[in-house]
Amino acid sequence: MKVLILGSGALKIGEAGEFDYSGSQAIKAYKEEGITTVLVNPNIATIQTSEALADKIYFLPVTPQFVTQIIEKERPDAIALGFGGQTALNCGLALSREGILQKYGVKVLGTPIDTIVATEDRAIFNQRLAEIDVEFPRSGAVTSLEEALELAKSIGYPVMARVAYALGGLGSGCCANEDELRERVSKGLAHSPQVLIEEYLVGWKELEYEVVRDRYDNCIVVCNMENLDPMGIHTGESIVVAPSQTLTNREYHMLRSIAIRTVRHLGVVGECNIQFALCPKTSRYRVIEVNARLSRSSALASKATGYPLAFIAAKLGLGANLGELPNAITRATKACFEPALDYVVVKAPRWDLQKFRGASPNIGSSMKSVGEVMAIGRTFEEALQKALRMLDTRPPVFEDVRRILRDPTPERIYAVMAALRSGITIDEIHALSHIDRWFLQKVARIVAIEKSPELAEAKKAGYSDAQIATLLKSTPEGVRAAREEKGVRPCVKQIDTLAGEYPAQTNYLYLSYNGEEDDVAPGSLENAVLVLGSGPYRIGSSVEFDWCAVNTVQALRRMGYSTIMLNCNPETVSTDYNECDRLYFDEISLENVLEIYRREKPIGVIVSVGGQVPNNLALLLHEAGVKLLGTLAASIDTAEDRHKFSRLLDELGVLQPAWKELKSNDDALEFARKVGYPVLVRPSYVLSGAAMGVASNDAELVRFLTKATFVSPKHPVVITKFLENARELEMDAVALDGVLVAQAVSEHVENAGVHSGDATLVLPPQRTYLETVRRIRAISAKIAAALKINGPFNIQFLAKNNEVSVIECNLRASRSFPFVSKVLRTNFIDVAAAVMMGRPVPVQNGSAMDLDYVGVKAPQFSFTRLEGADPVLGVEMASTGEVGCLGDDFEEAFLKSLLSVGFKLPIKNVMLSTGPIEYKASFLESARTLRAMGVNLYATHGSAKFLRDNGVGVTELFWPDEPQTPNTLEYLAGRKFDLVINIPKHTGEEELANDYVIRRKAADFGIPLITNIQLAQRLVEALSKKSIGELQIKSWQEYVTPERTSKLPVTDEEVRPALVASRS
Amino acid sequence: MNAQLILEDGTVFRGRSVGSPKSVSGEVVFNTGMVGYTEALTDPSYRGQIMTLTFPLVGNYGVPREFESPRIQASALVVSEMAHEYSHSAAERSLPQWLQDEGIPCIAGIDTRALTKRLRTRGCMLGKLVIDDADVALDDPNTRNLVAEVSTGAPEIFEGKGKRIVLVDCGAKSSIVEELRKRDLTVIRVPWDYDFLTEDFDGLFVSNGPGDPTACATTILNIRRAIELEKPIMGICLGNQLLALAAGANTYKLKFGHRGHNQPCVEVGTGRCYITSQNHGFAVDENTLPEGWHPWFRNANDGSNEGIRHATKPFLSVQFHPEAAPGPVDCNYLFDKFVGMVK
Repeated sequence: MKVLILGSGALKIGEAGEFDYSGSQAIKAYKEEGITTVLVNPNIATIQTSEALADKIYFLPVTPQFVTQIIEKERPDAIALGFGGQTALNCGLALSREGILQKYGVKVLGTPIDTIVATEDRAIFNQRLAEIDVEFPRSGAVTSLEEALELAKSIGYPVMARVAYALGGLGSGCCANEDELRERVSKGLAHSPQVLIEEYLVGWKELEYEVVRDRYDNCIVVCNMENLDPMGIHTGESIVVAPSQTLTNREYHMLRSIAIRTVRHLGVVGECNIQFALCPKTSRYRVIEVNARLSRSSALASKATGYPLAFIAAKLGLGANLGELPNAITRATKACFEPALDYVVVKAPRWDLQKFRGASPNIGSSMKSVGEVMAIGRTFEEALQKALRMLDTRPPVFEDVRRILRDPTPERIYAVMAALRSGITIDEIHALSHIDRWFLQKVARIVAIEKSPELAEAKKAGYSDAQIATLLKSTPEGVRAAREEKGVRPCVKQIDTLAGEYPAQTNYLYLSYNGEEDDVAPGSLENAVLVLGSGPYRIGSSVEFDWCAVNTVQALRRMGYSTIMLNCNPETVSTDYNECDRLYFDEISLENVLEIYRREKPIGVIVSVGGQVPNNLALLLHEAGVKLLGTLAASIDTAEDRHKFSRLLDELGVLQPAWKELKSNDDALEFARKVGYPVLVRPSYVLSGAAMGVASNDAELVRFLTKATFVSPKHPVVITKFLENARELEMDAVALDGVLVAQAVSEHVENAGVHSGDATLVLPPQRTYLETVRRIRAISAKIAAALKINGPFNIQFLAKNNEVSVIECNLRASRSFPFVSKVLRTNFIDVAAAVMMGRPVPVQNGSAMDLDYVGVKAPQFSFTRLEGADPVLGVEMASTGEVGCLGDDFEEAFLKSLLSVGFKLPIKNVMLSTGPIEYKASFLESARTLRAMGVNLYATHGSAKFLRDNGVGVTELFWPDEPQTPNTLEYLAGRKFDLVINIPKHTGEEELANDYVIRRKAADFGIPLITNIQLAQRLVEALSKKSIGELQIKSWQEYVTPERTSKLPVTDEEVRPALVASRS
Repeated sequence: MNAQLILEDGTVFRGRSVGSPKSVSGEVVFNTGMVGYTEALTDPSYRGQIMTLTFPLVGNYGVPREFESPRIQASALVVSEMAHEYSHSAAERSLPQWLQDEGIPCIAGIDTRALTKRLRTRGCMLGKLVIDDADVALDDPNTRNLVAEVSTGAPEIFEGKGKRIVLVDCGAKSSIVEELRKRDLTVIRVPWDYDFLTEDFDGLFVSNGPGDPTACATTILNIRRAIELEKPIMGICLGNQLLALAAGANTYKLKFGHRGHNQPCVEVGTGRCYITSQNHGFAVDENTLPEGWHPWFRNANDGSNEGIRHATKPFLSVQFHPEAAPGPVDCNYLFDKFVGMVK
């Protein structure tokens, strides 16, 4: 049997790492049954697209067009739609609607199409619920604004507007009056044929149940969860607790019964999520929605309970009986049971709203968060405090606490604390926020401890040593010493799904100060290595680091080591307890790593595969006496500290943009005037260019300097000359004792100035001089030797006329490691793991130039979800995910990658606004090419005049702020463009209002947008050379034949002696 | 006030007293349900037992009027964290307040998971909750006739429009009475040792109850006589064990029992798996079932018997609680099945 699995594509807001976990689980479940698996997912950074999982992988867009061709080619017996989020579900529905599945006789595994349709189409859904007397909010579906206004009037304001077929509640929201309704409905109808207007349930509790059902009608509820933030805040934006905490037995089981009745009636086979609203006063309820697929909540529930929902769902889709499948944790009991928890789980979302210029700071009924953490404790206080620290954000200072309580922002939980501190009563906070008093009582307890922190009590309430140190005006080390003297240490507790009733056979662990006894004996693992994971996904640190961490653990296991993983992100595969020998689902902090280190006594700790969070701990861990595996902490510090690193480059004679460490603002201004604007401001030890900025004048510079010193107060801020019109390249590599053993050079499509995480990467480079690449290799070798690198690293380069300078160097695995590993089919992490463990590895000559195919990595943006945010690229990263596609040439791989991140072909109408005159000139050729292809061009006055003057036909449109027609706005709202190319006027921060409006509306109406001139030029070239029909349907395996795959030798005998770089 | 939980094997857990300041002895058991403490505490089957709740946060929603008998039946409560403040519109008072009002001691602040694991490995054992160092002697509740302590004093009739059912009250939960009455049956609730055969009735219902079923010799004899009459019989929990004993099978004590809301039971024959609410320390030995009697349900986790039925006659019983309260209500249909039998 052959099964086609649809993935979810690039990570985006509303669809993130949880689907890598679900998909990987499904593939494992199918493989166990001897089924051949074919996966479609362009997200090259995922675990599911790794060699050891699916039999065949297509790095192609999950769209009906491409999947149809894959079906034609592969002829699968069945298709799995439930593991790739809304993307996979929507694609599956389209394939069914178009008769493709029927035509090729492809069976849908698990929940049938009709059921999926019933859960996706509000009108059908409500009708199905009515059939079994299940309550749903008073509502109606509308297809026009007039209908919406009429319906809202009959329900009565405020009403909720929801967009059908949308992920994460896109564009949904409360409308307090007719004006707000008009705004939302027009936007919603632009995205979807249908908008739902419904009764507004302010202050009702929001609950979720995860339901599993098999084809024999066995039906169980694996987990229920309660949102701390009640109805009105999207569940992805809420702090969520599992199990529910404020429901009585009667309420809990009333909702459970309704969940089961609903799921049976709808006919789900596998897993689904059902959301409820519950009136706290009357216990009346409403079913809000059913997701007939694995979801973010199901991934969370899997991690919260230890019940592998996706794995079980995959088995049930094949026809398995729930009562016959084993419980994965006890291996003695059965999967047909409902986990009993003896701990409490708190999930908290991670936002990055401050990274987006113009973005609304509020949270509400549509999702904006980019990641999440999960904390486990034996009291709510313990779990909540852990969760808030795991987010790795800082509590803000509030001007008006009451306003935040009423109109929530990501900081609302801190506002609750601040309110309690300032004496605002629980009743008032409840009235403003509708948060249940129980949660507020608990937060009040946390706040009360601040006044008189007694050590043991504070630890039980979840305070970290560092927090206690602040309260006691001591130091974290001082608190740790006091704690050890008093014997206040955490216990290691196990998650076993049965609250201790049966022994667990897996080591899924957490730390708690509310206990007296360890569940596992300390130090009982032989030859163990502790690997630190990535923490919550955020802009700049995402699934790619999970790939690195999981691959490290797998490589270590193959080498015979025991593995211990520490991570706190429920959306990951690294937190799958089967991937390692011991999983600590806990905070990645100095305090915690030390506790685990002292207890487990591993041979060492790996900090270089989880991104910036563990990397930042390197020096502290080293100073605390922890043995780090891989590159020395001092070298990491040299690379991270802009000042030290720049000095090193000077010593090595390696070029770098002129730089200066900030001492004072005057100093900085003087430097900027000397080297000339623009200049780049960059703090040390930061991720994704946080607080980085390109300043074009004195005023901007001062502003960036203030921001940078705030973000990273302990480390120096460096100002560099910003090179314009330079190309950017990256070296991803592994070194052994300072000698390069694996390397890959990729070029950026965009010129320098676009953050590397937002850049389009090409491997091997297509437009770079060989001499430039040669110099990059030489410089990399020099730096590797100087820093005695032992493990993975990444260097970013600027190249201008063969002159190569270094921008920065990270002595850890980089964002592009999975991309280069998969394109070259040489697993850089395998090499790095061997190096870090002191194993011999073969030296790869690193010449990727002779590949007979090209890989392109493209960023995925989520601007559509971030109301108000200016969708423009800059030195601070903004993308939420990425894809990587292969092609016989650059154009093919490039087009595939763009189609994978939401671009659509054919392109017939393009809106042009090409910025300053030099860009207008350099785009002229492309504009001619577009015209030659019969594309209609539209532009506002300046660009239109330029094109006309140069003989290019163009339709002139009025600016958005002009009252005349034809107006750009009406064309955008009518979705008359297939592409908007809008190049900002300069690299500085301020942008003209009209250009902002054009970009923003393009995002709002889901029109593909390009804001970078090089990207626009390459796209036009690619379009002129390739049609969509010429994009080949080739699997990864077809591009990269096994012969060129180099397997890493594990034993000394396997190593070809000539190629060994021996360890001194 | 300090409190200690001292187990038969000498293990001591130290915590705080948050209930009534009174030391007690009993059998220490654990319950894995995550909700339903008011229902569990008032369930007469917990008579004589010190109830440990494995879910660490208890008392969050205070005490709503969700009772299975007029008073708290468990001897004492053991929790990790007790909510002194609560939040629920249906709550009338806090859990610690209720415990104090009812004279029930409670220890909080101990590692209930460590305790549960001990009970799991060594089996349920006797123990005592010592408050403020006021020691008491260890006392085995199973040597007493616990059923007699919780059964109703005299017959009581709940008139309905339908058939007449005798409910043998061995410590019946009020939800069982409600489920029967909801179906319009006339319920004649009688004491455990009452000679109900003198009554005019269409069906017999044997309730749940505490302790060792073999202590209810009179009830077993009465059920045996009812079997001969071939009138429909249904039993729940202790009722399942009593019906089996009356039929001639044996019962035995489980190592640590089943107490929780997540016990999977598979129906023999159909393979259907139900999630059930349970609270029992004894079980029916399937191998001793006489001819004509068959296992009906089995526990999917440990294979123990969860119900029996007769091949041809209208006798059936389940070890779990179809009335739930607390727990899942998936098996509520069994009451309809009983109603179907008495028609």
